[in-house]
Amino acid sequence: MDWSYFFSEVIANRGALLHGTAITFTVSLIAILAGTVLGIVIGIAVTYGNKPLRWPARLYIDIIRGTPVLVLVLTTFYVSSAVGLNFTAFQAGALALTLFCASHVGEILRGALQSLSRGQIEAGRAIGLTFGGIFRYILFPQALRFALPTWITAAVEMVKASTLLSVIGVAELLLSTQQIISNNFLNMQFYLLAGAIYFLIDFAIEQVGRSIGRRLEQPTRRMV
Amino acid sequence: MTPIVDVRDLHKRFGELEVLKGIDFTVTEGEVVSIIGASGSGKTTLLRCLNLLEEFHQGDVLIGGEAIGYRVQRGQRTRVGEREVARQRAMTGMVFQSFNLFPHMSALDNVTLGLTKVRGMPRSKAIELGDHWLERVGMLERRDYRPSQLSGGQQQRVAIARAIAMNPKVMLFDEATSALDPERVGEVLETIRSLAQEGMTMVLVTHEMRFARDVSDKVVFMEDGMIAEQGLPEKLFMHPESPRLQAFLKTSSF
Amino acid sequence: MNYHFNFAPILDQWPLLLSGIGLGLLLALVSIAIGSVLGLVVAFASRAPNRWLRSLAFTWISILRNLPILVIVLFLFFGMPQLGLSLDKITSFIVALSLYASAYMAEVFRGGLLSVPQGLIEAGQAIGLTSFRIKRYIVLPIMFRNALPAFGNNFISLFKDTSLAATIAVPELTFYARKINSETFRVIEVWLIASLLYIVCCYAITLVLRAMEKRLVLEKT
Repeated sequence: MDWSYFFSEVIANRGALLHGTAITFTVSLIAILAGTVLGIVIGIAVTYGNKPLRWPARLYIDIIRGTPVLVLVLTTFYVSSAVGLNFTAFQAGALALTLFCASHVGEILRGALQSLSRGQIEAGRAIGLTFGGIFRYILFPQALRFALPTWITAAVEMVKASTLLSVIGVAELLLSTQQIISNNFLNMQFYLLAGAIYFLIDFAIEQVGRSIGRRLEQPTRRMV
Repeated sequence: MTPIVDVRDLHKRFGELEVLKGIDFTVTEGEVVSIIGASGSGKTTLLRCLNLLEEFHQGDVLIGGEAIGYRVQRGQRTRVGEREVARQRAMTGMVFQSFNLFPHMSALDNVTLGLTKVRGMPRSKAIELGDHWLERVGMLERRDYRPSQLSGGQQQRVAIARAIAMNPKVMLFDEATSALDPERVGEVLETIRSLAQEGMTMVLVTHEMRFARDVSDKVVFMEDGMIAEQGLPEKLFMHPESPRLQAFLKTSSF
Repeated sequence: MNYHFNFAPILDQWPLLLSGIGLGLLLALVSIAIGSVLGLVVAFASRAPNRWLRSLAFTWISILRNLPILVIVLFLFFGMPQLGLSLDKITSFIVALSLYASAYMAEVFRGGLLSVPQGLIEAGQAIGLTSFRIKRYIVLPIMFRNALPAFGNNFISLFKDTSLAATIAVPELTFYARKINSETFRVIEVWLIASLLYIVCCYAITLVLRAMEKRLVLEKT
């Protein structure tokens, strides 16, 4: 086990590694942000929507969640070019991950919203709030607290799913690692390194999530 | 004659807090003893020491003449092993406030589990015995029901059958009716009363003062981790000596 | 859009596709079985009185849950030979997925163990059962019933992860889909059918799990 060679290779390839990590960050971030926004819309549609809204939303969630992410990525990649949309691999991958994230967030939100009792909606109506107001001041804040831990898990899943983009040629961390390995054959060491980097990113996200969760748990002061 | 339960200078701490401060107390065969007292007086802890659900580090508890939990070898006090503890626990039967029936088993299976796995009875004999005790507590018709299909009072009666089917030397009741709706309390108390009349040795921790007075041979009043007063029920309830007992009786519906 | 739908080339390869998804199911079943046994051990370890055992359990869960499964697969398949341990494709994948599954199952079982009320354990103690028997007749049956929904969700998730075996050329469905894709260029059809197969399979698994839940899950008393 030649660790000194490994370290020199890491330093020699640090550009590619950093660039790969940056791409991983970027595509994960896009997927998480866009996916969450879309997911919230879908979540509301599937929980409170009338039939024309609810059925497509439900279908969307069930179809996307019944498909492996890899199949989703490959489908988006190949089908988009077949129908004339000239996406780059990055764009196709980001789209696929966004769609995946949205279905997850939609399902999480649905679960959180449905666990809130009906009585709260009635109480909101009784004081004259419209549904928009009820959602904004009563339902959503609670659902947020409820759904936070699961949403953090979904965010971590996105980072892990970004590795699948290596299959369609996006130069994120895993593909960069594989390219480095093809030159120096240090399979074990570099895969370990990649693993460590992913672990650190995911662990950091978890910790951030936990501290936000703790901040939200603190009871708000009341004036008696 | 050897007492069935013999507690000598029992002390128990929870961390810094001493919950039992030197309890001496005996129960003879066929005796029914009620332990009363305010919350925090240590009565439940004392009961749970009798079947080692609570650990104690000072003093002795003897069930049927056998010291439980600890063995003294060459002047050293050593904790008895896992299997020994399990065997000793089978000498007592406990009925819990929250019934604690096994939800994934029928009423009959709840009763026969101990018979087959602990007493080593063949299944057919266990079922026979189980049915006998279920009938005794009036639950034979529901022998195949799951706990979720039974009312609180019915569950508690099954729990009594489960404990007594093991043929324990003494039955321990930990506030057996406290978690029941008022309408259900009667059926369980009746079951306990009839078992007492048949000569079962019992120790009951209870809030049911009237029941304690009617059924017990001896009443023990605990306060602050110690036995403040003990004696015949008529004496304790009619002519309480200690001011604390007098205060306690005033506050409890009697 | 100039696209002429032609499902025939894909449907011609139907046996291949079926064998692909069959293999996927097999990989899932084996890995989940191994992962569940491992996960159960880790779940118990996480509740052990020994502090080191507990830390070990939580570290195990934390590391494996935060690693992309693709990295684990590639590490085992390409990295292990460097240490002299050469595993074939399918074995590497099964080992990788089992390890990954064990972390998730450990969490599922941990939750299940926590859901067993202490009172039931005490009731078992009161009738004189040893702690092993209490686990066997009381804790484990109840834990499995309570954990079934979460177990089912993870099962489906892990089944979908078998598609990653395609990246190391294991002949499961996604691998064949890519092959047919590059051979026939019937892009929309092949991915439509592949997705459909996965969706139907997941749905079937959901139905089985739901039936099991109806029979086994305990209603609250």
